[in-house]
Amino acid sequence: MTLIDFLNRLLGREKPSGTMARERLQLVLAHDRSDLNPELLEQMRREILEVVQRYVEIDIESCDVSLETEDRVTALLANLPIRRARPVPLPRPDGGTLSEGSSPPEPGSADATPADEETAADIPAPQDGQDQDSGDGSETVATTAGRALEEGDAAAEGGEEQEDS
Amino acid sequence: MTSTSARTILICSGKGGVGKTTLTANLGIALARLGHTVAVLDADFGLRNLDLLLGLENRIVYTAQEVLAESCRLEQALVRHKQEPNLSLLPAGNPRMLEWLTPEDMQKIAGQLAERFNYVLIDAPAGVEQGFRNAAAAAREAIVVTNPEVSAVRDADRVIGLLHSMDIAPVQLILNRVRPQMMADQEMLSVDEISDMLALPLLGLVLEDQKVIVSTNRGEPLTLGDSSTPAARGYRNIARRLAGESVPLIDPTKERRGLRARLLNKLRQTTGLF
Repeated sequence: MTLIDFLNRLLGREKPSGTMARERLQLVLAHDRSDLNPELLEQMRREILEVVQRYVEIDIESCDVSLETEDRVTALLANLPIRRARPVPLPRPDGGTLSEGSSPPEPGSADATPADEETAADIPAPQDGQDQDSGDGSETVATTAGRALEEGDAAAEGGEEQEDS
Repeated sequence: MTSTSARTILICSGKGGVGKTTLTANLGIALARLGHTVAVLDADFGLRNLDLLLGLENRIVYTAQEVLAESCRLEQALVRHKQEPNLSLLPAGNPRMLEWLTPEDMQKIAGQLAERFNYVLIDAPAGVEQGFRNAAAAAREAIVVTNPEVSAVRDADRVIGLLHSMDIAPVQLILNRVRPQMMADQEMLSVDEISDMLALPLLGLVLEDQKVIVSTNRGEPLTLGDSSTPAARGYRNIARRLAGESVPLIDPTKERRGLRARLLNKLRQTTGLF
């Protein structure tokens, strides 16, 4: 380490290259270990968003779905900022009901396809009292799916790895 | 010697040039010096070198190829090391063997060796293709050798995934060519970072050591003599751990020499800044 390197490090101007190596490797190992190709990952991302959108309005622009790896377990981390909860879940595309005892969808929204963002946004706002904090103070929902690559490994934990949107 | 007590260990890395063959030679000699009988099997048929590193290249008559073709007995092909008679090499055959060799062939050879020796060390070829799969098919456990560099770690990870899928266990890690100064300066991946990322237990580490080149030039593995250079100590500790002895790991960041290193270390400890 030269004196210049040393001073840069001391002043926090430059990360040590060992740290950069670790960060880069963690990313590349996560992708190497998951056998998903980019198209499949994109398709899965779209379908996850569809499901979540049936229950809550989410901020599509700031959604982030990525793979992370720790201890040979690759986890799918989804960071989906919520605008507001839906009072009544949207119907599934196949017409099935979402849950037992839920009331039927609002008239006019019956043919709304969950994948259609604009239609979804037309759903009336929730009643008073049910109101989630909407707008910029959005909540975060995380979906994780762990794929254990080694027997005996603990399941992936996703909840603690969220970043605020 | 019964076949049940023999340990058949694959030594592999994915990436070439990380020191796999040098490790096989030194580990084999070190184990032999501990009193175990050891066979080293050169499974790198395309680019064989284990004979050269052991200094046995001029004594090869038959190879694994003739053993498989049953044109010679196993004992005729084995080359016993003169200075360390507990160790024998089964040389790799002609590179053209790769065209017809199967995993079953390798299992057959390793099985015969396991009947006669305590340890069978299989020096795998680089890569993850058929040559590697043939070698891995013959092993029960594995040692993955890597260097503290991004490309070596990534390739090791790929190999580890394959070993797990082949139900080879245990798989242990050896970190080779560690540079203590660079590690202390955080200009190199640390030992813990690498074993965490690869999620493997660390069997040992070997410090970068110019004496390794000198010893390969001579065809005399470092562990053959009483050399106490950093790499020789690393190899010997690995052999003892492999044989079940509990030997503490060295801390590479404490292995630095020189005034500047000691001053930096002192500064680091007192300020806690970097």
